[in-house]
Amino acid sequence: MANTLTLTATSPCYGLLPKTVGTCTLTETDLGTLTSVAPFKGRAVSDALKGAHGMAFPAPNRATGKDGARAIWFGRDMVLLAGPVPDPGLGDHAALTDQSDAWTCVTLSGEDAGAVLARLVPVDLRPAIFKQGHTARTQLGHMNASITRTGPDSFLILVFRSMAATLVHDLVTAMESLAARH
Amino acid sequence: MRVAGKGHIDRNSTVHFRFDGVEYQGFNGDTVASALLANDVRLMGRSFKYHRPRGVLTAGSEEPNALMTVGVGAGREPNVRATVQEIYEGLEVRSQNAFPALNFDLLAVNDLAAPFLSAGFYYKTFMWPRAFWEKLYEPVIRRAAGLGALSGAADQDRYEKAYAFCDLLVIGAGPAGLMAALVAARSGADVILADEDAQMGGRLLAETDTVDGLAGADWAADVLAELAGMDNVRLMTRTTVTGAYDQGTFGALERVSHHIARPDGRLPRETFWRIVAQRSILAAGALERPIAFQNNDRPGIMTAGAVRAYLNRWGVAPGKAVTVFANNDAAHRTALDLIDAGVHVTAVLDSRTDAQAQGDYRLIRGAQVCNSSGRTGLDAITYRTTSGQEKLATDCLAMSGGWNPTVHMTCHMNGRPSWDESIASFVPTAGAIPGMTVAGAALGVFSVQGCLASGADAARTVLQELGRSVADVEVPVADDAAYAIAPLWAVAGKGRAWLDFQNDVTVKDVKQAATENFRSVEHMKRYTTQGMATDQGKNSNVAALAVLADATGRGIPETGTTTFRPPYTPVPLAALGAGSRGKGFAPERHTTSHAASVAMGAPMIEAGLWYRPSYFPRKGESNWRQSCDREVGFVRNTVGVCDVSTLGKIDIQGPDAAKLLDFAYTNMFSTLKVGRVRYGLMLREDGHVMDDGTTARLGETHYAMTTTTAAAGLVMRHLEFITQVHHPEWDVRIMSVTEQWAQFAIAGPKSRDLVNGLVEKTIDNESWPFMACGPVRVAGIDARLFRISFSGEHAYELAMPARYGDALFRVLVKRAEALAGGAYGMEALNVLRVEKGHITHSEIHGRTTAFDIGMERMISANKDCIGKTMAARDGLLEDDREQMVGFKPTGAIKKLTAGAHLYSEGAEAVPENDQGYVTSAAFSPDFGHYIALGFVRGGAARHGDRLRLVDAMRGIDTVVEVCPPVFIDPEGGRVRG
Amino acid sequence: MRLPCPICGERDRREFYYQGAAVALNRPAPDADADAWQDFVYLRENLPGDHQELWSHDAGCGAWLVVTRNTVTHAVLGAKLASEADR
Repeated sequence: MANTLTLTATSPCYGLLPKTVGTCTLTETDLGTLTSVAPFKGRAVSDALKGAHGMAFPAPNRATGKDGARAIWFGRDMVLLAGPVPDPGLGDHAALTDQSDAWTCVTLSGEDAGAVLARLVPVDLRPAIFKQGHTARTQLGHMNASITRTGPDSFLILVFRSMAATLVHDLVTAMESLAARH
Repeated sequence: MRVAGKGHIDRNSTVHFRFDGVEYQGFNGDTVASALLANDVRLMGRSFKYHRPRGVLTAGSEEPNALMTVGVGAGREPNVRATVQEIYEGLEVRSQNAFPALNFDLLAVNDLAAPFLSAGFYYKTFMWPRAFWEKLYEPVIRRAAGLGALSGAADQDRYEKAYAFCDLLVIGAGPAGLMAALVAARSGADVILADEDAQMGGRLLAETDTVDGLAGADWAADVLAELAGMDNVRLMTRTTVTGAYDQGTFGALERVSHHIARPDGRLPRETFWRIVAQRSILAAGALERPIAFQNNDRPGIMTAGAVRAYLNRWGVAPGKAVTVFANNDAAHRTALDLIDAGVHVTAVLDSRTDAQAQGDYRLIRGAQVCNSSGRTGLDAITYRTTSGQEKLATDCLAMSGGWNPTVHMTCHMNGRPSWDESIASFVPTAGAIPGMTVAGAALGVFSVQGCLASGADAARTVLQELGRSVADVEVPVADDAAYAIAPLWAVAGKGRAWLDFQNDVTVKDVKQAATENFRSVEHMKRYTTQGMATDQGKNSNVAALAVLADATGRGIPETGTTTFRPPYTPVPLAALGAGSRGKGFAPERHTTSHAASVAMGAPMIEAGLWYRPSYFPRKGESNWRQSCDREVGFVRNTVGVCDVSTLGKIDIQGPDAAKLLDFAYTNMFSTLKVGRVRYGLMLREDGHVMDDGTTARLGETHYAMTTTTAAAGLVMRHLEFITQVHHPEWDVRIMSVTEQWAQFAIAGPKSRDLVNGLVEKTIDNESWPFMACGPVRVAGIDARLFRISFSGEHAYELAMPARYGDALFRVLVKRAEALAGGAYGMEALNVLRVEKGHITHSEIHGRTTAFDIGMERMISANKDCIGKTMAARDGLLEDDREQMVGFKPTGAIKKLTAGAHLYSEGAEAVPENDQGYVTSAAFSPDFGHYIALGFVRGGAARHGDRLRLVDAMRGIDTVVEVCPPVFIDPEGGRVRG
Repeated sequence: MRLPCPICGERDRREFYYQGAAVALNRPAPDADADAWQDFVYLRENLPGDHQELWSHDAGCGAWLVVTRNTVTHAVLGAKLASEADR
């Protein structure tokens, strides 16, 4: 019986996205493999990361890499490697934990994207302050979130997988409110 | 009456609206107040206590009288100031606090009873008999008093909150605010300019001043156009900054759609902003104060500044024959402006004997208005000079007792304003709000020239503090007349002279308060209710305390002022709670089996933020108990499947991982073998139980901990606390993986059959004994299998990456059903664990120790752990502590309920006799009766005792037998099966 | 109210969890006397003025902080990582 079994994968925002309201579009983003990389004490994990994946270990509140392979600062002494399957050698330097299924990952883009987030996020996301490649661990509504600016009008947003419906609800409500102003 | 050629309204756009059912016309740019005055409607409301007819007193958000209900239906809004509400086509406005009609109000009889309704009336009169208060007095008083009423229906409108950040927040867009914003913006600072009005410009819109030779309003428009074109400026109109808070945080209410006839349904009515500013400039202007004299509350009597505003901004003459009554020079402009517009001015009555006429009008020096007449509106005043009393026919009195700088915001962080004798007003105390600079009239600078210069100065100061270079901006030229005033608070006389129009507080009331020894300004306020209405004393505070100062023989500075607290103007709770209604109240956490469970008809219940299936009903079942009993039977007899993903899962890695676990748990985890799971108990530092759960050792330096659903966040934070605060030297990393894994309990005698149908490598009791764990592969995917049991049956938990959770759950249910089992929900889960005597947070509720739940031997003697020392205190180990036991029914009533209390048989059910309480109860299909868990004094030694069980809430009074807490399979043979 | 997280920068109070006085930095030895443990677990000074407090940046980086805050003026005088604080 076991041999015949196949299990279909379901993404967190299955049936919820994409959505376009006003100037903004909200899409689910497949970041590939997600691995939290938490360096052990006194380990040169940045070199290892650079060697294995071509990205520096980002400073707090920063993301390195590009679409398809990013290292997003994810908290105190922790980075989220998004994209590549982590090089096993990294495990000598850091605690690696598979997070591929733990996060709802969406991209909010459009002219009003910043204004939409200003309805929900209590941090300063002004373009001159929160530039491309900047990231923040903060809240979105009542949810803990990771927010990264990926472009002048686009943000990558991560919240817990279980909160996908609430994330979409909160963002779409704000998108509607902005759209109604035009 | 509309005056030709005046005002900044759009005369090409006629707007129709209704007031108390009567249609009126106004123009775009009108407020309800200006439009009604233009239609010669003076009576706009009734007062709070005496139901006296009232007209508009002011032209701004400080308005105490003209409060109205806007809109119809569920979303109708009471207590809207007519001076703030902009008119739009189809607007419906109603007066309040009048029955049956505004011009004939039955409760105006209160006014005749006024001699009995003075300050303290309620306190003195309704004291006795005491029982009458709740049933009689209060309902009657409540019906008679109060302002507008809510619809009683749920408000369907949207509200919103938002965050904004800037270098400089400028509060108020009059001459000082505009100038400050202009200097700061040209210097490159990120500026937010907020003004409560629909149109920025402040008093420049209401006066005839020129700035650099331009009409004030035109200069303001030019500046605003420049600011609007700058990327570093955000203009926020209709936005009242309501409060100043710590570290440069401000609250601000934006009225988004109150002025729109048919707003897009997605548009919020209001947005409540939290603005974080490096620096702020308060340029909120000043508020004119009335003068108290007998019957000074008649419609047609308003502040002089309001008369100018209606004339100059809205092109409305509030009367045909206007009289001015003032104690200062500034008010004389009212006469000049009116004459210039062709409106008849009867006289200017100036209380100062040395007042100088500023134009061609009749000036009566040393005059004080001492009474007024007219039924629902002013028709004459009486004034007094040294030569006696005279009556003067007039339909509008423009009064001015001087101006109060709007110091409110500077008092929001406990600051106290200072008295400035030269302007007879309180002015802000420097440094009252960190980072805030005050400018313009708010600082007591009353000339336009002074305001412009003050705004520019404030901006320069702020820019220097921010380390920015200052752009060279020339301060324009404007009127720079000195402000001359001689205080006049209340005209002597016998009748009632109003101080607080909104709460009907008179000079007499304040004097009476002083007589009755309520001499402190705070006591006077509460005794008379002066300043406690929605205008928060904006119009009355200074005059009231001046009267109090006089009555108590003290000066105003010694008398002091009451505290101004946020918000500056009322903020609807709907706006403060924006985004937190309905779905926005809290995140909904859905497991991967959510959709499948809902499709199976399971009612979903909240478990913290999670939603979990209560039970899975089947055809023919008419109540939840039938479903629950059946599901319990699955686990006891065949196999049941349950989503347990909500339990907290924490990945712990590092050379010191074992140290962390040994310190966090009472028992040892460093001795746990790889591939094995152990139950662990966590204490708080005070020795009481924090949480429990199982932890698996996946590798030498790698553990996977589970927590209860409820305590997942708490435990995570606790572990971080240990590693960051207690032992930062440990090399260990913690990561929540609750969301990564979909985890399902597979429980029952046939559980292994089900598991073996899934895993690629068959397991048996040798390869996978009780408390074993390890990696398995299911459908070609890496998974984890734990042989653990919450039900007491042979059971497993299978964890797979969450993306497969939905598919896996469906397969598990189908295969369980093929084995004559199926899915089970929270109800069955609870029954199973109560039968097994397994604790949840019903038992470890924060006041129980390891000793109390019979687990004191789990506190290892070989190591320290959190809570160990305090758990060993004598008082926590006494034999008569409430200890965990089980209960079986033996009395007539067989139902047991959680929350019931226990007493000795025959003892009265009173707290003194309390022997313990029930924490969990369930009907056990295995035993065919209710069973329960709970705590009883000295319970461990009382198995077999009979106790009286009383649940007063549910009317249960019966007898139970105390028994061991493990009802089913106490030897634990089944889990090893 | 805003707190300066040494890692994330100044953040709104809503992102933080408040624990209490920073006494936890000095946990008594397991065999310390009852008074020492009583002080540690239960007794707190509550004087107006500067306080050392433990806050967790729960909704941010997850760091535990020692914040110095004046309970009279609400001024926040500084914050450092609890893992690096003096003990």
